[in-house]
Amino acid sequence: MTVETAASAAYVVAALLFILALAGLSRHESARSGNAYGMFGMAVAIAATVALAVDHDISSTGVGLLVAAVAIGASVGLWRARVVEMTGMPQLIALLHSFIGAAAVMVGWNRYLQVEADPDGPYSAALEAAGLLGIHAAEVSISVFIGALTLTGSVVAFLKLSARMSSAPMMLPGKNLLNVGALVAFVVFTVWFVVDPRLWLLIVVSLLALALGWHLVASIGGGDMPVVVSMLNSYSGWAAAALGFLLRNDLLIITGALVGSSGAYLSYIMCRAMNRSFLSVIAGGFGVEAAHQTDVDYGEHREINPEGVAELLAAADSVVIAPGYGMAVAQAQHGVAELTRKLRDRGVNVRFGIHPVAGRLPGHMNVLLAEAKVPYDIVLEMDEINDDFDDTAVVLVIGANDTVNPAATEDPSSPIAGMPVLTVWNADDVIVFKRSMASGYAGVQNPLFYRENTAMLFGDAKDRVEDILRAL
Amino acid sequence: MIIGVLRESAAGERRVAATPATVGLLLKLGYEVVVEPGAGAAAAFPDAAYEAAGARVGDPLGADLVIGVNAPSIAQLDGLRPGATVVGILGPAFNPELVEELARRPITALAMDAVPRISRAQSLDVLSSMANIAGYRAVVEAAHVFGRFFTGQVTAAGKVPPAKVLVVGAGVAGLAAIGAAGSLGAIVRATDPRPEVADQVKSLGGEYVAIPSPEVEVSATGYAKEMGEDYKQREAELYAEQCKDVDIIITTALIPGKPAPRIITKEMVASMRPGSVIVDMAAANGGNVEGSVAQERVVTDNGVVILGYTDLAGRLSAQASQLYGTNVVNLLKLMTPGKDGRLVLDFDDVVIRSMTVVREGETTWPPPPVEVSAGPAPTAQEPTPPSPVKEPMSQRRRMVLVAVGAAVLFTLIGISPVALQGHLVVFALAIVVGFYVIGHVHHALHTPLMSVTNAISSIIVVGALLQIGTGDGLVTGISFVAITLASINIFGGFAVTRRMLGMFTRS
Repeated sequence: MTVETAASAAYVVAALLFILALAGLSRHESARSGNAYGMFGMAVAIAATVALAVDHDISSTGVGLLVAAVAIGASVGLWRARVVEMTGMPQLIALLHSFIGAAAVMVGWNRYLQVEADPDGPYSAALEAAGLLGIHAAEVSISVFIGALTLTGSVVAFLKLSARMSSAPMMLPGKNLLNVGALVAFVVFTVWFVVDPRLWLLIVVSLLALALGWHLVASIGGGDMPVVVSMLNSYSGWAAAALGFLLRNDLLIITGALVGSSGAYLSYIMCRAMNRSFLSVIAGGFGVEAAHQTDVDYGEHREINPEGVAELLAAADSVVIAPGYGMAVAQAQHGVAELTRKLRDRGVNVRFGIHPVAGRLPGHMNVLLAEAKVPYDIVLEMDEINDDFDDTAVVLVIGANDTVNPAATEDPSSPIAGMPVLTVWNADDVIVFKRSMASGYAGVQNPLFYRENTAMLFGDAKDRVEDILRAL
Repeated sequence: MIIGVLRESAAGERRVAATPATVGLLLKLGYEVVVEPGAGAAAAFPDAAYEAAGARVGDPLGADLVIGVNAPSIAQLDGLRPGATVVGILGPAFNPELVEELARRPITALAMDAVPRISRAQSLDVLSSMANIAGYRAVVEAAHVFGRFFTGQVTAAGKVPPAKVLVVGAGVAGLAAIGAAGSLGAIVRATDPRPEVADQVKSLGGEYVAIPSPEVEVSATGYAKEMGEDYKQREAELYAEQCKDVDIIITTALIPGKPAPRIITKEMVASMRPGSVIVDMAAANGGNVEGSVAQERVVTDNGVVILGYTDLAGRLSAQASQLYGTNVVNLLKLMTPGKDGRLVLDFDDVVIRSMTVVREGETTWPPPPVEVSAGPAPTAQEPTPPSPVKEPMSQRRRMVLVAVGAAVLFTLIGISPVALQGHLVVFALAIVVGFYVIGHVHHALHTPLMSVTNAISSIIVVGALLQIGTGDGLVTGISFVAITLASINIFGGFAVTRRMLGMFTRS
């Protein structure tokens, strides 16, 4: 057994461990062990690679730099992971995606510097002998393209999620043409680069991908972020897979394809939850229709005070809480959890109804509620809870709007028509926590607010929940 | 304020205006409720049940608000205290004497059957809720009299053909009848002068039979209106033809404020097969069928039974009472904005205005007309194109797609160099594994899953690890940055996942 074969074996083991990690993550019971498998797999892969590098006569400066880079990365990563607020999770994940994109671009460029830029070097000679030089050039171009796309796409998503950039969709004229044009140009330049690997061609491909990634995500609005984040997750996987081809490394190919296809599947689930076509999401920008038929008179809304809500809750036998992004913004999850505990101690059946696209990240609400120590078995999915609203006494809608809009099911001309929503209006009483009567992300007025059995509780969700707790 | 629930004085009336369940809702609105002894007995609601729901059993006439199903009798009206409010099915359009009688007293009267047809008022529309029940019951009555199965069967003793049912008028009652007859297994056809109901008929499993006519009518009031002569001619031909074919006819045609249109003539009835059944749901208003008698069962010379029952809804007394009671609760919700047990008569509200027949002894009938369309307004807007519904992919199309995909993959792998082919196999299999592994992920774990896949895809650090310290300074420098970034991801991703998973607890 040489170092080479040992490393190959380690890679296979690592790939299988990664599959186990993803499989484990699909259920609560096995999630923690799944994460452990992932860490173990990563450790095996890195150890094998370092052994391989040492075997390849890495310079001593190289070893020093390697250790330094890992140490810096580890300390920064662990520090961020420890201090990040759960409400800031979407931003963090988007930022991490951009790192993968950046790393992929750099590895791709390094390959160019080692091979194409150095026609007489050892790498070139070996590839030349195998007749693979052309393929290699194409692989460099593809890896760099996907990596750069992920990089800027994730950066824009990060800026939007952390509110450093307006979350409104950017509307350039002919945006679909721009996207298609960029893809066509990429193919043309790649072919050119294969024929004649010039430095400027690779620069153009990189810039093209950076611009395309920026444009794709910039033209998607804030409310569609759950899809965007899982889509970027998928892209980062494909970037890894492309590098795997470039480096002739099956571990990278397997891992990349795993992440790529699972991310794509997750985005598909999100799209289905919003009744939108998967393609139009990937093509970018669809939160377009807005401010449509606003002149309809829905009547008067009714206001209620925290004491009134407390009275209703005290008399209720079953309560469903439907949280949305507003709960994350107001950081109200701890108060909500406290309220849940109090009501459950009194024997009230309290449950949560989570819309698949509530929040800005797939599963965002679950993480926030888990942080506040809400048991996960009372946190139910839309399909699990929708039939139960008929028998529910009180529904608290906290910072959700479009996901509880009856227009989606009742008004075929509504821009969100056909989107599955939480049918909260079937409960006896609905309390909507809201800062004002402004419409939600989709710009659609919500007739729920004007229903007979709906009462509005205005103000910051966190303060209002605390008022209710006091009144209880 | 006190609400009094009357025991119905009309003969044969089995309904009651409040049930124990709706009493609870009335109490929630801040009212006290007094129920007349025995009020719910015919609808299987004993006095004890009302008391258990929080009502008092006693004399309802002293209450501030008296609710009944039918109009109170003269004796009951005489017992009311001045300033009281009466709610019930008063039928002001057919009953001018009653309106006069009411206006002779210092009381307020609201007619539950005068609700305008606007969407906001649907929850208090008793015509709809009662018609729904009556439509169902009409089918049950027909089935009771009809000497055959509704559904077709093939048995050892021979084949039984399904019954054919024609429903005339696809309003609420007609649609209920279509649904009930269809679920018993009959072949159901329906006619209606409004072509826009075709889809509603189909949705309940009926077949819409259009009357060939250029006069396409979209009703402005939500009710059907009387049609022209030419149309009537063609309509008659259609019914003459249908009568020879069907076994059961249920007619529901009503025109507000007018006698019911005569649709089925004596000759048509005579052309029907012996044993056929006709239920004339409009018998109370003169009947759609020639020869029908209100409240009676008539058998014609050729053996066709014509049922003219007018109490179809009341025959399901418990259900009808519950729905009627809920309509009343919804009315009172509208009239009790403060939920404090104080009745407010808001004449600016078009619903309340339309329903009020008498206000404090002064006649307010008829109300100003309410122009609201139940269907799309004729000129208001272009019909919005139905949002494209994705058709499920047919088996054939799916096969073709798979075949195309396979061909493309075949070509791609076929032309790629040998060295690459092994990797492509691995790539393809890993994609499939990714789909299956993630297929059943619990929705709550989406975020941890993303952070873990994010950490895992930092495996590209392997590439940078092999590049650092080889070749020139530039390559090493770039690799250094790449390793740093990827390491942040690896450690950060796994650590944050661990932290998140630690938070998920079960109760």
